[in-house]
Amino acid sequence: MERFFLDVAHLLAGGLVLTSFMLLYQTRMSSLLVVFALQAFVLTLAVGWQAHVQHAPHLYITAAIALILKALIIPYALSRVVVRLGIHRSIETVGGISLTMLAGMGCVALSMVVMMKAMAAADPLTREDLAFALSVVLLGMLIMVTRRNAVSQIVGFMSVENGLILAAAGAKGMPLVVEISVAFSVLVAFIVIGVFLFRIRERFDSVELQVLDDYRGERR
Amino acid sequence: MVLILDLAVQGVQMLAVLALAPLLLGFTRKVKARLLRRQGPPLLQPYRDLLRLSRKEVVLAENASWLFRSAPYMIFAATWVAAALVPTFATGLHFSWTADLIAIAALLGSARVFLALVGMDVGTSFGGIGSSREMMFASLAEPAMIMIVFVVALIAGSTQLSHIAIFRQEHASLRVSLGLALVALVIVALAENARIPVDNPATHLELTMVHEAMVLEYSGRHLAVIELAAALKLLLYVSLVGCIFFPWGIASGEPSPAAYALGAVTYLAKLAAGGFLLVAFETSIAKMRVFRVPEFLGAALMLGLLGTLLLFVSRTF
Amino acid sequence: MAVSATLAAIAVLLGTAALAIAVHRRPSATALIYGICLAVSLLLLALAGTSLLGRQPAQHLTLPIGLPWLGARFRIDALTAFFQIVINLGAAAASLYALGYGRHEEAPGRVLPFYPVFLAGMNLVLVADDAFTFLVAWEFMSLSSWALVLAHHHDRENARAGYIYILMASFGTFALLLAFGLLAGPSGQYAFGDIRGMTHAGWLEGLVLVLALVGAGSKAGLVPLHVWLPLAHPAAPSHVSALMSGVMTKVAIYGFIRIVFDLLGPPSWWWSLPVLGLASATAVLGVLYALMQRDLKRLLAYSTVENVGIVFIGLGLALAFMANNMAGPAALAFTAALFHAFNHSLFKSLMFFGAGAVLTATGARDIEKLGGLILRMPQTAFVFLGGVLAISALPPLNGFVSEWLMFQAVLLSPDLPQWGLKLSVPAVGAMLALAAALSAACFVRAFGIAFLGRPRTPEAAEAAEVDTASRASMFVLLALCLIAGVLPGLLIDAIAPTVAGQIGQSMPAQSTIPGWSIVPIAESRSSYNGLLVFIFITVSTLVAIQFIHRFASDALRRAPAWDCGFPNSDPATQYTADSFAQPVRRVFGENVLMARDTVDMPPPGDPRPARLTVTVRDPIWEVAYAPLSSFISYAAEQLNHLQFLTIRRYLSLVFAALIILLLGVAIWS
Repeated sequence: MERFFLDVAHLLAGGLVLTSFMLLYQTRMSSLLVVFALQAFVLTLAVGWQAHVQHAPHLYITAAIALILKALIIPYALSRVVVRLGIHRSIETVGGISLTMLAGMGCVALSMVVMMKAMAAADPLTREDLAFALSVVLLGMLIMVTRRNAVSQIVGFMSVENGLILAAAGAKGMPLVVEISVAFSVLVAFIVIGVFLFRIRERFDSVELQVLDDYRGERR
Repeated sequence: MVLILDLAVQGVQMLAVLALAPLLLGFTRKVKARLLRRQGPPLLQPYRDLLRLSRKEVVLAENASWLFRSAPYMIFAATWVAAALVPTFATGLHFSWTADLIAIAALLGSARVFLALVGMDVGTSFGGIGSSREMMFASLAEPAMIMIVFVVALIAGSTQLSHIAIFRQEHASLRVSLGLALVALVIVALAENARIPVDNPATHLELTMVHEAMVLEYSGRHLAVIELAAALKLLLYVSLVGCIFFPWGIASGEPSPAAYALGAVTYLAKLAAGGFLLVAFETSIAKMRVFRVPEFLGAALMLGLLGTLLLFVSRTF
Repeated sequence: MAVSATLAAIAVLLGTAALAIAVHRRPSATALIYGICLAVSLLLLALAGTSLLGRQPAQHLTLPIGLPWLGARFRIDALTAFFQIVINLGAAAASLYALGYGRHEEAPGRVLPFYPVFLAGMNLVLVADDAFTFLVAWEFMSLSSWALVLAHHHDRENARAGYIYILMASFGTFALLLAFGLLAGPSGQYAFGDIRGMTHAGWLEGLVLVLALVGAGSKAGLVPLHVWLPLAHPAAPSHVSALMSGVMTKVAIYGFIRIVFDLLGPPSWWWSLPVLGLASATAVLGVLYALMQRDLKRLLAYSTVENVGIVFIGLGLALAFMANNMAGPAALAFTAALFHAFNHSLFKSLMFFGAGAVLTATGARDIEKLGGLILRMPQTAFVFLGGVLAISALPPLNGFVSEWLMFQAVLLSPDLPQWGLKLSVPAVGAMLALAAALSAACFVRAFGIAFLGRPRTPEAAEAAEVDTASRASMFVLLALCLIAGVLPGLLIDAIAPTVAGQIGQSMPAQSTIPGWSIVPIAESRSSYNGLLVFIFITVSTLVAIQFIHRFASDALRRAPAWDCGFPNSDPATQYTADSFAQPVRRVFGENVLMARDTVDMPPPGDPRPARLTVTVRDPIWEVAYAPLSSFISYAAEQLNHLQFLTIRRYLSLVFAALIILLLGVAIWS
């Protein structure tokens, strides 16, 4: 039975890494948001499973917050933002999809090595789940680094957040108050970013970073 | 006695895969039509198609060579031998030790090489486009398949399909590397069988053809043999997914007639389920641009590589 | 006894070279010289075969020539015997081929004397048992092959190829010289027997590994030292190209194995990292370059680079296993590497012979000037197709067996404890699979454009089949490929003494396994039966043919090609080599080889034609070699000023040197 718990936890954490790779693979905005919602849903399942295995009921609340906020509200809101700003087109990447996936592989390998070596004395279940969580964080940062579009960078940031929640859930529990404050800070950050995006869009007619760079006042 | 039984099982399997392949094809076409709110062709239509083709006269291009005339049989033979070695309803195939999963993948590779060569034989640009695209897809699908084989072999401790099926029956578990390998195998199966989103099996527009372009010059009995080989390949991949990832019901060890019957029934159920899921996926997604397919297959390669890496790092993944 | 017979045979070869100088003008000279070479190669093959299969212990011989305190030492052990079989099999096939091909040689005086010297040099490297003899024989091999590369020296391409070849060969020998110098130590013990007995510091062994990798690797064709190979191999006559690609690279691999596995002590685990890294890069880059080539022989040369990479992957895995005391997996990896070396010498020679046949029949090496040769040269097409199937690692031929063994070795690697190996071996496995798949694509392209389709030039339309000797040698090689693929257990058991000699243990005996299958580790893990697979495929094909001919219609009609109802009779409308490679060029070449397809479309109203330009750049040449050569030119320019100094300046140079040396003596003592 112990083995079964381990396997399902690994499967869900691995599923989260898989959805991160799917995020790296997307070239269209709408499918990116759908996959992000999928990632939040898998996160819900993973945190819920951890709640069941660790007998920690407050993690159910974390899972519910992830489901409602990240799988439903935020993707819906972002898709509205995309429609309002008129960004319907494809996401331009730096370096091409194949190179990004190879870099993603490197990130996963790196996080495996780091976690296995740094926590050699810890419980194997925790250690391997943390390795997956670190992979999700690194892949989220990779998304932010290799996308030219501001909305996709927000999605990358959210993905980093997902990885951190997975890590916290895997490490035998986290106080609820921390989770609520984290959720509120995320929401506030989102509102701020949204407001800024509207202002930028009104001012410059575009949210493409290339265009914005020209106005920064520094000549490259 | 055991020897005769094993030989009988092997023989029944070889004939069964041959007989069931057009049925699977007919089933998928019927379900697809129904999902698209059409009546669809009858279930046994592929058999009638093969019969009709074999009765027709072969129209051969003037400069077609001996390779063009003999390749359909070699393609069929390679695919049939590979399909005969994948356990479908029983694992005790007498010749399962002659070729393991790597050899099966390589046999399919040789069928593909012959197909690509005949695409270039007559010297038309259609054949060239089919062959060059097919070899580009193969250059990514083959390594992805090898990575999947690595994942499965590292978990089961063997590359022999019978041993893999028995291992998976005894140690059923939801390993994350197996999950990644399943996703990768589905992607590779879509690419190898020329299904949407990689290639459209029902089209004759040159911009969307890969497999159809290579066999454009074939007619009559040659085309019948090639179509049968393609159906056999689809059956092989569905059986492969069933054998490796969902092996429950396959008769193993010293089975009784009841176990064989159960194996046969579960196999037919798996074929039906596989066909239905394939068609459901095909109707919900559009065909990709040709140069998006390498990224798709590259994702399968990455997933396979990730699964292998996880298993190298720790055996519990 | 075997050693003296071998040396006698080598002496006969050198004598044949002298004979060739005397008789090269006569019309029967070709038949005579190549006939003698064929006979001697077969004799050496027989000697090596009895040595290896008879499981004879190592035999020594010392001759009082060479260095006075050392003599010239010769030794035949299992490793030498195996490589002698590989080399002399290739040499015999090439000599047989040349009996027919050599008649078309326009300057036999430039080829005939050097060919036996080349064979002698290669054989001498294998039996050398001390560093001096080894390096002298190595240089013999390099210089004679260089002379053969320059056989058609009036072609500027060949002249440049020869120049780069001699540079790289000298550089390689220099690296080997340093390696042997480090191994011999300050006391100058150059005999291999003495070196085996010495223990060396860890850093010194590492340095020797790197030097051996550079020296032997440059001769074998490891990236980034491969640049001479695609220039030099095609420049030589076809039978010499086959020898250089199929056989001389194996001598280089022998050199690497002799230094790293035999002369150095037990390996450290990190030794396998540079070997695996360079080897996997070589495998993938080699085949990517091959896919961009239009010249058939250059394509084959790049494919050699890829296959050498695959052999070194096997050797790297063997080193990793040996360093962790896993003798069984090490034996498997080493056997896979040796098997692949043997296979490659067979099918690469076969394909170079085919390329030579095409060159003789049509006068063209550019595959875009060929087409439709399967109808004009059916037998050559058949054997070339066999070579294509073998090199693409397809069952039931031999290429598949060595790939399979190597994959089985990779599957044993998770037990390696070091992190560096745990992370790199899966990537190496993926690159191995990628190289195999790309090589299938490359050879489908080569065969499809050259032999299939419609003839693109009048020369291709009027090609005729080549002579009997050429065809016979190709058929012999194809038969050997089939036998090695169908009965691999025999070859594995034959190699077993070689493997045991280097690793300490060999693979389990394959001939005891019922049914002619091979079981590398255990029956429960994996097995492969090439003979049964071959029988199954043949029987299925025959059953299908019989069934169809009995129950289906027999009618057949020839008609113009269908081509979707828009047939175009101009052969220029078929796919070209560049168009076939375009998808792969776009997917892999854009990042790795900076391949770009640019279209120059004239504006409407302008009647000039649109132009498609395909540029493929070699990043290794641009990053490593071009700056190096410009730096050397610059340095030479500056140093040239030393030629034109006044007498006073020369005297002051001598004075300054004297002062510096005296200062050195003052400070140091």
